[in-house]
Amino acid sequence: MAGHSNYVPQSAAAKWLESRLPVISLVRGSFVDFPTPKNLNYWWTFGGILFFVLVAQILTGIVLVMHYTASTDAAFASVEHIMRDVNFGWLLRYLHANGASMFFIAVFIHMFRGMYYGSYKAPREISWILGVIIFLIMMATAFMGYVLPWGQMSFWGATVITNLFSALPLVGEPIVQWLWGGFAVDNPTLNRFFSLHYLLPFMIFGVVLLHVWAFHTTGNNNPTGIQPKTKQDTLPFHPYYTMKDLFAIVVFMILFAYFVFYIPNYLGHADNYIEADPLVTPAHIVPEWYFLPFYAILRAVPDKLGGVILMFGSIAVLFVLPWLDTSKVRSGTYRPLFKQFFWIFAAVCVGLGYLGAMPAEGIYVVLARILTAYYFAHFLIILPLLGFLEKPKPVPASISESVLGGSGSGKPAGAVAAPETK
Amino acid sequence: MNTMIKSVRGAMLALATVAVAAPALAAGEGPHIEREQWSFAGPFGTYDRAQLQRGFKVYKEVCASCHGAKFLAFRNLAQPGGPGFTEEQAKVVAAEYTVPKGVDEYGDPVEGPAVLSDRWPSPFPNETAARAANGGAYPPDFSTLAKARAVASGFPGFVFDIFTQYQEHGPDYIYNLLTGYEEAPEGVEVPVGQYYNPKFIAGNTLAMAPPLYADSVEYTDGTPMTVEQYAKDVSAFMMWVAEPKLEERKNLGFRVMIFLIVFASLLYFTKNAIWRNVDH
Repeated sequence: MAGHSNYVPQSAAAKWLESRLPVISLVRGSFVDFPTPKNLNYWWTFGGILFFVLVAQILTGIVLVMHYTASTDAAFASVEHIMRDVNFGWLLRYLHANGASMFFIAVFIHMFRGMYYGSYKAPREISWILGVIIFLIMMATAFMGYVLPWGQMSFWGATVITNLFSALPLVGEPIVQWLWGGFAVDNPTLNRFFSLHYLLPFMIFGVVLLHVWAFHTTGNNNPTGIQPKTKQDTLPFHPYYTMKDLFAIVVFMILFAYFVFYIPNYLGHADNYIEADPLVTPAHIVPEWYFLPFYAILRAVPDKLGGVILMFGSIAVLFVLPWLDTSKVRSGTYRPLFKQFFWIFAAVCVGLGYLGAMPAEGIYVVLARILTAYYFAHFLIILPLLGFLEKPKPVPASISESVLGGSGSGKPAGAVAAPETK
Repeated sequence: MNTMIKSVRGAMLALATVAVAAPALAAGEGPHIEREQWSFAGPFGTYDRAQLQRGFKVYKEVCASCHGAKFLAFRNLAQPGGPGFTEEQAKVVAAEYTVPKGVDEYGDPVEGPAVLSDRWPSPFPNETAARAANGGAYPPDFSTLAKARAVASGFPGFVFDIFTQYQEHGPDYIYNLLTGYEEAPEGVEVPVGQYYNPKFIAGNTLAMAPPLYADSVEYTDGTPMTVEQYAKDVSAFMMWVAEPKLEERKNLGFRVMIFLIVFASLLYFTKNAIWRNVDH
């Protein structure tokens, strides 16, 4: 990372610091001079968007904690105190609650982008695996965060999800009681979830740095999937991608603000405005929307343990994705069959999400089973076979060639002018 | 081999379409809720002060005998974005109620008239007492109730709700429920202590007797004193109790949106200026 910097310290203070801790050249090498493929499209801006959402979640979360009380007696009331009495408390809470959904919208797009353009393939397997780890920690964080307001869905969602572990033979019961800190979801559960909900985002932050380190070591993937060959193929990260990412982040903020200010409760569940009551079970216990595809897989299996295994398997399979895809061609752009299977897969994921919100009965269960089978078939059968069966289209020789051939803008090749030199 | 892949692909595409579209036919769980016009709906929605004051009167004279509002403070009645009572009026309302005032010098509990900082006193000392007085049913607290009830829009309604900014599930449901009492049709058993109401979210009967009757609450501003009007006013009032910062939110939201859109446009042109000489 630091290796990409052409920074030479000028002032005495900078020389002094640089010879002791080369932090200036590290930052410059990573986020200023870093050579980035010049053909990244807007799907690539979701990395920056995710970083923005993570920071926004941490900042709003830190302030919310100043007003929140983690106790089964006081949690619900303290959230209402935030909504009613804390200056801009309603804004902080709606930002944080909707921010979680924005985080998942962005991460799903980011993951599908990686899948479409083959960003998980060699040499970026570690970046991809670190990304899956981030996704897992995100899910744990979001789940525990949803428990904190101590509404009906908080309580019953926590009960259903923690109970999943009881499906494990022999160790199931003890594990569940250990998670609960008792014999039911109660005050100890709320307190440990609160503690972990505060801890995990900082772990995400750490893994994000590793994630960035990994793909800065291999270089970014790009829509063509071919490695940059010459300096003509790349641009310094700043100002080109800082500005492009910033523009994308602000556009994303418009979507975010729309939800926060106009439909703040759209993505939530009405039952969570009822204080948790262990004696009253809601008619339908539904997780937050971003868990619905996994929830559909869980319920598609008639056996509890089998459902739990498949649900975790649906994420575990992502870890080995780099080795399941046998195609030598990285980018889906040059893979005519893969491209179509990719969109079917995306539709299947959306379909699973819908089924996760429906009651587990009748036609819904049948459809959920078919789509669950397809979900796994996509990774375990289609992707391995496609590499052998598919005849990819010719891949361009370089990024510059694909850019000039594709858009035909008529500008002379190599007319890369850095604005700061003008 | 290729034809096989093609047919598999075709079949899966068809299935995926069915999976997404099929539940549309089944969407219709729960009672049918007619949507009403609300002054607080939409991007520029604000509460109708007169309506909130009328709704407050209905709540105070009818609902409050069974339903508490523990997060509603008397000072809220005079705060911006609410029913628009003056501080003096709110003080007068507060003084009508007696609330616990800590202990005296001997440690004995004392009570006294409520002040602005006090919260709405609960009509029952505890849940058991409330259930005992209501045939086993517990009248829910009003503080968040208007956000705690929603009959799902189903597909594709829930998609349109994003664009129409529909957030009035709660008041619509409450209005439908309050005006939905009717004679049970032939053959429907109504248990003792239950009342037939097809709009009820969890079945056809509920323990709450029809609470509103024409002319039962005196309106002094000439507004018709009908069940529909009472129901409408109290539903709006309950929405305010549940979401007292709605006006502040929508007001700030408009300014934030304008800022973000202008800022995004400027960034777009800046980005284009930087990228103008790059083929990409």
